[in-house]
Amino acid sequence: MAENGTNGPSGTNGGYVGTRTIRPDGLDKVTGRARFGADYNLPGQLIGRVLRSPHPHARIVRIDTSKAEALPGVKAVITRDDFADQSSEFIPAGEMLMNYKDVVRNVMAREKALYEGHAVAAVAATSAAIARRALKLIDVTYEVLPHVIDVVEAMRPDAPLLHDDLFTAGVEPKPEKPSNIAKRIEIVLGDIEAGFKKADVIVEREFKTAAVHQGYIEPHAALASVSEDGSTELWCCTQGHFIVRAHCARLLGLDIAKIRVTASEIGGGFGGKTVVYLEPLAIALSRKAKRPVKMVMSREEVFKSSGPTSGATVKVKMGATKDGKFVAGFAELKYQAGAFQGSPVQPGVMCAYAPYDMENVKVIGYDVVSNRPKVAAYRAPGAPISEYAVESVVDEIAKKLGLDPIELRMMNAAREGTKAAYGPKFGPIGLEETLNSIKKTEHWNTPLRKWQGRGVASGFWFNIGGETCASLTINEDGTVSLMVGTPDIGGLRAALTNIAADELGIPYEKVRPIIGDTGSLGFTFLTGGSRSAFSGSMAIVEAAKQIKAELCARACKLWEAKPDQVEFSNGAVRPLGELAEKIKPMTIADFAKVAGKTGGPIGGYGRINAQGAGPSLGTHLVDLEVDPETGRVTILRYTVAQDAGKALHPAYVEGQFQGGAVQGIGWALNEEYIYGADGKLQNAGFLDYRMPVASDVPMIDAIVVEVANPKHPYGVRGVGETPIVPPLGAIANAMEAATGIRFTELPMSPPKVLKALKERSAGGMGAISRPPL
Amino acid sequence: MRVVLIGNLAQLTGGVAEFRLSATSVKQLFQQLAELHPELERHLAEGVAVAIDGQIYQDALLEPIAPDSEVFILPQIAGG
Repeated sequence: MAENGTNGPSGTNGGYVGTRTIRPDGLDKVTGRARFGADYNLPGQLIGRVLRSPHPHARIVRIDTSKAEALPGVKAVITRDDFADQSSEFIPAGEMLMNYKDVVRNVMAREKALYEGHAVAAVAATSAAIARRALKLIDVTYEVLPHVIDVVEAMRPDAPLLHDDLFTAGVEPKPEKPSNIAKRIEIVLGDIEAGFKKADVIVEREFKTAAVHQGYIEPHAALASVSEDGSTELWCCTQGHFIVRAHCARLLGLDIAKIRVTASEIGGGFGGKTVVYLEPLAIALSRKAKRPVKMVMSREEVFKSSGPTSGATVKVKMGATKDGKFVAGFAELKYQAGAFQGSPVQPGVMCAYAPYDMENVKVIGYDVVSNRPKVAAYRAPGAPISEYAVESVVDEIAKKLGLDPIELRMMNAAREGTKAAYGPKFGPIGLEETLNSIKKTEHWNTPLRKWQGRGVASGFWFNIGGETCASLTINEDGTVSLMVGTPDIGGLRAALTNIAADELGIPYEKVRPIIGDTGSLGFTFLTGGSRSAFSGSMAIVEAAKQIKAELCARACKLWEAKPDQVEFSNGAVRPLGELAEKIKPMTIADFAKVAGKTGGPIGGYGRINAQGAGPSLGTHLVDLEVDPETGRVTILRYTVAQDAGKALHPAYVEGQFQGGAVQGIGWALNEEYIYGADGKLQNAGFLDYRMPVASDVPMIDAIVVEVANPKHPYGVRGVGETPIVPPLGAIANAMEAATGIRFTELPMSPPKVLKALKERSAGGMGAISRPPL
Repeated sequence: MRVVLIGNLAQLTGGVAEFRLSATSVKQLFQQLAELHPELERHLAEGVAVAIDGQIYQDALLEPIAPDSEVFILPQIAGG
């Protein structure tokens, strides 16, 4: 019995994989029919609202909800008393460990409010107006405490302390006093001091990056309905509804089986929707009110209360020989974690020098709490910050040595067999190919004018697999229902449908993909880590394999044939040898018609813990122009080259490249959390928090490099995270080329650019400036 | 096989970051490390990544390890 795919790599028809099929959810998206988090409603639903702390740091002395509860139309009020405290227990949560003791305090403040916008109470009422009035009737007595916002200030011994029980981990001897420094981490490769002794040129710089928000257009939204027996239904916009289920069960003391979570369509997540905010509150309110409760964050709440990513301070010192070989790299990273420990400093440390083949590396990282909202993951968490600093210094080394920046990177590029700075050796990777692709572009060779600059930078991200379930069900008419447990953020359904159609040898249009709820599939980890297309496609291949085996087995019984007398190919089970002269092949549709009479419904169920995710590396090239009168920076041209292993659906791979580049442009040029001296966020809205819009960016050219990942049946690598890593460095390098000034602080917004230009005119920039070309 | 602890894990082993062990699976490897250094057990259970001959595995206790493999124990990796 053979189990060949049909349209795909083992088939004969060329296949859908690698083609730009129309996304199955496209029509609903463009017509407005698609249902996002806030589009779900239930009869009799209440509206939930959250009372948030106006103080960045305050002890909560007393909460009196009696007046709010007495207001007609108010059906439930919840506070810290409605959530059982959680013991200090770390569980794996992506690139950092999560402590439920912190999670329960983040969804609802207990002893203290730790940032402006921290949830203190919530109400459910028959209308939004009544809910808002009820919030005003909740009397909270605060003891206002000194606050600290900046990461460096938070590290000082005399800084206001957020947690009395937080002692710095990773230092010896163990500290006797608590601190805002949650953890010190370090990786060492080789002998850093010996490496610097070999260096002919050493560049040392300190950089600062601002906290930036993931900036998803769709605010957090949740609709919960709890029945009298505790059975709970939840609809929400999330990157991982199985994770939401797990967190809510833990925080509310429910059996996991009692909760069914359905993920809505999602208007962006980028890592920020991998945690819970409203979901446990909506369930707690519904449980108390015995009616459905709907909650939607305002944009201001999104900014003030949901995780941005870290701002940071980064020191980098790199050494190279006169012919350009990197011989030593040091970095010290100080990352804001927000109010609770768990910044992405660990991957920041591991990624800092990952693109390069270096023998001597030492990177130290600090995870630091301050009175800001708890950070959440954001595309390649931690990596853009550390790699921005390193890529800026790489550019300076190229200039000092008079070397082409692409050639310098090529000379030092990590390749198959290179020992990564974080330990293991790389398998096949495509950094060299991306550098070569960029160098061959017309873009690279186009001349520039005064006040225009060109920058290049490379970037790395690990990628992951993980637990994934997907099913394929043959319907009565031979069409196929595809179900997967990872929310579709960037074209997943199209990519998986391409694979399913190829594996089963049927037309793309005959496969209908949906995202299954938590009651329909086994545990599936979230959409993140660039894993959903990688692991989902592996689960689909497994499910299709089961179907093909089942069809072949049924054919053997129907035809009284032996297993080696049949094969599956081109969408049908085919008799082989002499049998082929007597019997006609049976298509999937033929089997569907007789499924009931030949053993029952036919389907496959891929349940895997996907391993073998291959890293993805990329190189970005950007041209920009600086207006010396206003400091405004215009992106003129942008090209991304990145290794996708194999693009299951090139349009959505390119979309990931383009989206990451645009978010990186915003991070580099404009986006930042701005706090006043009072510790309050001053720009919690899109008017004042300046994200790039379509008119701010040119068409991003995308070059899909394909160095196959040998651990995936089609060669796939995740692509979603890496494209946000290089833009910060590429743009900073282009800024240097345009202005002669090495900007070491992000964002490079017009006021900062103008200030730097004026300082340079006054002769105040010293070693980090030169006249514009 | 050669086993290397990356990052802060070596602080739990008195600074020893490299071992010679003879496990045939990740599960056995964790058991042997925990027997040598009991403080490691909780951290290995909480979630680490294991790179076997350059290939990173997560939550893969049953993954086989060859006698001459090079193994790195890393912090767990995810993303956004």
